[in-house]
Amino acid sequence: MTVHPLLAELALRAGARAHRTVTACSCRAATLADRPDATVVRHADTVAKAHAPGTDPAALAPRLALAAGLPDVLLAPLAATPAELHGRLVTFWPYGDPVDPADPDAAPWEAAGALLARLHRIPAPAGLPPMRGPAKAAHAVARLTAAGPHPAVAAVVGAWRALPAWARAEAPMPEPGAVCHGDLHLGQLVRHPAPDGPWRLIDVDDLGVGLPAWDLARPAAWYACGLLPPDEWTRFLDAYRAGGGPAVPASGDPWAALDVAARALTVQTAARAVTKSAAQGRSLDEVEQCLVDACARMGSVPPQLAADSAK
Amino acid sequence: MQCPKCHAQMHTYNRNGVQIEQCSNCRGIFLDYGELEALTRVESQWSQPAPPPPVAPQAYPAAPVAPAWGAPAPHGGGHHGGGHYGGHHRHKSFGHMLFSS
Repeated sequence: MTVHPLLAELALRAGARAHRTVTACSCRAATLADRPDATVVRHADTVAKAHAPGTDPAALAPRLALAAGLPDVLLAPLAATPAELHGRLVTFWPYGDPVDPADPDAAPWEAAGALLARLHRIPAPAGLPPMRGPAKAAHAVARLTAAGPHPAVAAVVGAWRALPAWARAEAPMPEPGAVCHGDLHLGQLVRHPAPDGPWRLIDVDDLGVGLPAWDLARPAAWYACGLLPPDEWTRFLDAYRAGGGPAVPASGDPWAALDVAARALTVQTAARAVTKSAAQGRSLDEVEQCLVDACARMGSVPPQLAADSAK
Repeated sequence: MQCPKCHAQMHTYNRNGVQIEQCSNCRGIFLDYGELEALTRVESQWSQPAPPPPVAPQAYPAAPVAPAWGAPAPHGGGHHGGGHYGGHHRHKSFGHMLFSS
């Protein structure tokens, strides 16, 4: 991996945070992520994150404040306000142990469900911006259509256009909203303190007020597409219900509440997969094809609009 | 009752909760008034979990409900909700997907 100036300085800042000094140390900084939308560096017990270019400081501040005030659910930042570095907003976090990507069977589905239920039940603080889930889905679809023709585009875009405007980030989400994470996946859970502390949610970039079903929708989409085994879906959903999560009815069929968001997440994941496969000049693999096939099937079944979300 | 076509004995079967008579000889099927509509209704609700069979005890717990646009049920399986799951070995691509936005 090439070390660009932001990465190098981020490592230096994380080191300075970790040791409260700028003198040389023998630790080696580890790059946890270096994507266009985020660069994340770990140094000892400190993690520094450079947020996406163009991140609005006025939107990040209340998200950070919420994490700082909700340490039982979200990993709390080390500093309440972001620093600025190479034109990017930088936040500092304690290191937490992630789910081992090599062992997704060890995924803490119960903890994920319970944490989301707790998050969804807190009253939304004044000034918290909207959850960014629909905006991210719209972004994925925009990138897909910009990437040029592909045989899967029609199915994915067709499923997208059938969604209500709020799910496409073209209208406000249904009221009343709950506090949502906005981008739940297994990379968003860490144990703090490492290695065996309680599980916490990380990544506040998409946190905000919105339809809580969105946070359940990615596992729901995986399950619906035949990718996530039924028992893992059940563990997640049952833990969420046991925690009194408001996104779905306490018992019975949850799909009226989940349908639109799960469709949106299926479309988003399919759009990302098709864009990625095209960029790599390869055909869709079996898993990616499952997502596109699900999008194609959506055309014959109109979205279930829950009574209070039919906008 | 007797088959109106070949006059052999007809037997009663239960299909998705609908009683139908089938001829033991020519296999022809006799439907009472409303039964065709009942079968059509059941077919259109194929995504919903089927009512439990009247006799056979359920050997496995029913799979959780899935949407109608979900993956088709695995061959031979009585439940709906996904035909893949990857068995013991998750597909590498899905393993990656679990951790990405």
